[in-house]
Amino acid sequence: MQEKTLYTITIFSENKVGVLNQIATIFTRRQLNIETLSVSPSAIKGIHKFTITTFAESEEVMKKLVNQIDKRVDILKAYYNTNDDLVHQEIALYKIETEKLLATTQVEDLVRKHNALILDINEHSTVIQKTGHYEDTQALFDELSESIGVLQFVRSGRIAITKSRVERLSDMLEKLEEKEEKIKNNHS
Amino acid sequence: MEEKSHIPIITGSEALIRSLINEGVDTIFGYPGGAAIPIFDALYDHKNEIKHILVRHEQGAVHAAEGYARASKKVGVVLVTSGPGATNTITGITDAMMDSIPLVVITGQVASSLLGTDAFQEADVIGITQPITKWAYQVRRAEDIAWAVSRAFYIAANGRPGPVVLDIAKDAQNNKTPYTYQKTTFIRSYQPTPDIDEESIKKAAELINQAKKPFALVGHGVILGNAENELKEFLEKGDIPFASTVLGLSAIPSSHPLNQGMLGMHGNIGPNMKTNECDVLIAIGMRFDDRVTGNPQTYAKQAKIIHFDIDPAEIDKNIKVDVKVIGDVKETLPQVARLLKENSHKDWIEEFKPYKEQEYERVIKDELHPESGEIKMGEVINKVSEATGNDAICVTDVGQNQMMGARYFKFSRPRSLVTSGGLGTMGFGLPAGIGAKYGAPDRTVCVFVGDGGFQMTIQELGTIMEYGVDVKIILLNNNYLGMVRQWQELFYDERYSETHMKNPDFVKIAEAYGIKGRKVTQREELDDAISEMLNHKGPYLLEVKVETKGMVYPMIPAGGNITNILLGEKNGKGS
Repeated sequence: MQEKTLYTITIFSENKVGVLNQIATIFTRRQLNIETLSVSPSAIKGIHKFTITTFAESEEVMKKLVNQIDKRVDILKAYYNTNDDLVHQEIALYKIETEKLLATTQVEDLVRKHNALILDINEHSTVIQKTGHYEDTQALFDELSESIGVLQFVRSGRIAITKSRVERLSDMLEKLEEKEEKIKNNHS
Repeated sequence: MEEKSHIPIITGSEALIRSLINEGVDTIFGYPGGAAIPIFDALYDHKNEIKHILVRHEQGAVHAAEGYARASKKVGVVLVTSGPGATNTITGITDAMMDSIPLVVITGQVASSLLGTDAFQEADVIGITQPITKWAYQVRRAEDIAWAVSRAFYIAANGRPGPVVLDIAKDAQNNKTPYTYQKTTFIRSYQPTPDIDEESIKKAAELINQAKKPFALVGHGVILGNAENELKEFLEKGDIPFASTVLGLSAIPSSHPLNQGMLGMHGNIGPNMKTNECDVLIAIGMRFDDRVTGNPQTYAKQAKIIHFDIDPAEIDKNIKVDVKVIGDVKETLPQVARLLKENSHKDWIEEFKPYKEQEYERVIKDELHPESGEIKMGEVINKVSEATGNDAICVTDVGQNQMMGARYFKFSRPRSLVTSGGLGTMGFGLPAGIGAKYGAPDRTVCVFVGDGGFQMTIQELGTIMEYGVDVKIILLNNNYLGMVRQWQELFYDERYSETHMKNPDFVKIAEAYGIKGRKVTQREELDDAISEMLNHKGPYLLEVKVETKGMVYPMIPAGGNITNILLGEKNGKGS
């Protein structure tokens, strides 16, 4: 099978019902699997930011995908990047038995080694948090499950920020407002 | 709540109808039902302003609205109820999406309190239609109706046009709202007409000026953008021969000296051949559909390609291009034309001629002017076209009748071919013909259908009867699903699986609907029958018994290229 590259797609949309559905069907039509997905309000009120990762065989596929997404009426802007262009992060939570935490120093060693945090301890279970790339959160999972076992594990979708200077959303919105002003004046 | 100042307080349904009137709507194609009764009730008070055409099936309403939009340049409007009413519109909406037809489809919906409860006649219309619309929006509050309608019309008509669905909950129809109407002129997240990159204009002009063998491909975008005159000036100044996609036909008259005919699978030999010989290929408002390109790996490899389109997502989608000119062709074509040299490509244009002669000898002569044997499809279409002075609107269904119509009907002015291009929807023709007549009441509308497609929406004869819609229906009856039969003959070892049809007496059916009909089986009767049809005031069904084994040639098999072209029997099958 051809080597696939992991791409990160960033989408800014109006905060409307059903936008995720519109985006998802565009992936489905092109037989692309969504690996991770993270959605949250952006720094600008009323605008949502989607960060989606997916594997694709070529950049061509990504260009077409992003064009199709960008074309939707409720989407403000969509673009894609590879890992090299991005600072990206995921967060993972691990639940282990408190009894095992107390029994040896194994967990303490792992927490130190992986630069993880302990978020919560009660008499039954302890929750550890680790942020990092996929490989980092996976490495801690592997070691924990081999040594003392993991009761529950969850990992978030990727969030990412581009390293290079891309047009900022606020600048884009400013330009759009000027355009709107011009159009309104022409009509009145 | 009492009326404050001059702002009226009205029901959501009344707001909907007033909004439509504000958008200039005078014709709606629709079908009532439970979740749309309040809207139809409001319509009752506006009979003088809005004409409602009651179709016989919701699919017919959408195709009629498509025909209306294509013939009139206006947005087609459909009004149906929830659930099955809405799901019956899906084929038509998809058709409009594929062919970029501006529609606003209004569907009733169950009351907002019932949404998601599997209520009677509830369907997830937004979920179903999002992938097949430019925009789909559910209105749950009466006060949002005017806003949603205004936005819907703006989105449907601007940029690359397309269908929009407004799904209106029954309580939003019934509740009262203050009403004011404001036309949408801007949507932050949607820029319909991209800014033109001047550099691209210069690059395109340079390439065209250097070209020795330029060739232009004319698509639907030219007609949708009302840029026929701009195109003509552009082509004439550069002396650029051109051919059209199926949907680009009629942008420029068939008789124009630069017109080399039609592209694609059943297109003319010359343009398909020259696509792979030209040095600069200029694609204008077309999207390199697979029925045009055949195998993209062997398509125009020798040429520099320039692509004019309003939709940036079409650039490099199917065929990689050298220069993209993104923008409205009504603006970009004149801008490039200004930089063009007055040119002459006489020798190059001359090169198309031998192919025209070859095609005439091998295919056209026998198709249009047979001396004996059964009546041919092309023969009928050519005769009807000539009898109308090549000035009618040709509406087709899908299949052989469509390809014959596209090949042999002649066009003298724009918006003269109404056909289902991208989706290839059988059953499109009859209702689209009704819509085309409403869209262009002064023009003669000829609807060519096969016996298969006719029966898919035959119930619309009821609509034609009720309103006396003056459409001339030419039924090319070969008792076969002819295009599939053709493929079976050519590629499936003559195994005619499920393509033969036992048909009813169509003329009797027409008569039952009070529509005058005549059946022709002999060549000698054809001219007389056509003139009777065209002279008849009102709808007319002309059934012509055509050759059972009729074939549409030339044919480039799917995924093939010009070297695989089939011309019919003379060299044996397949050459």
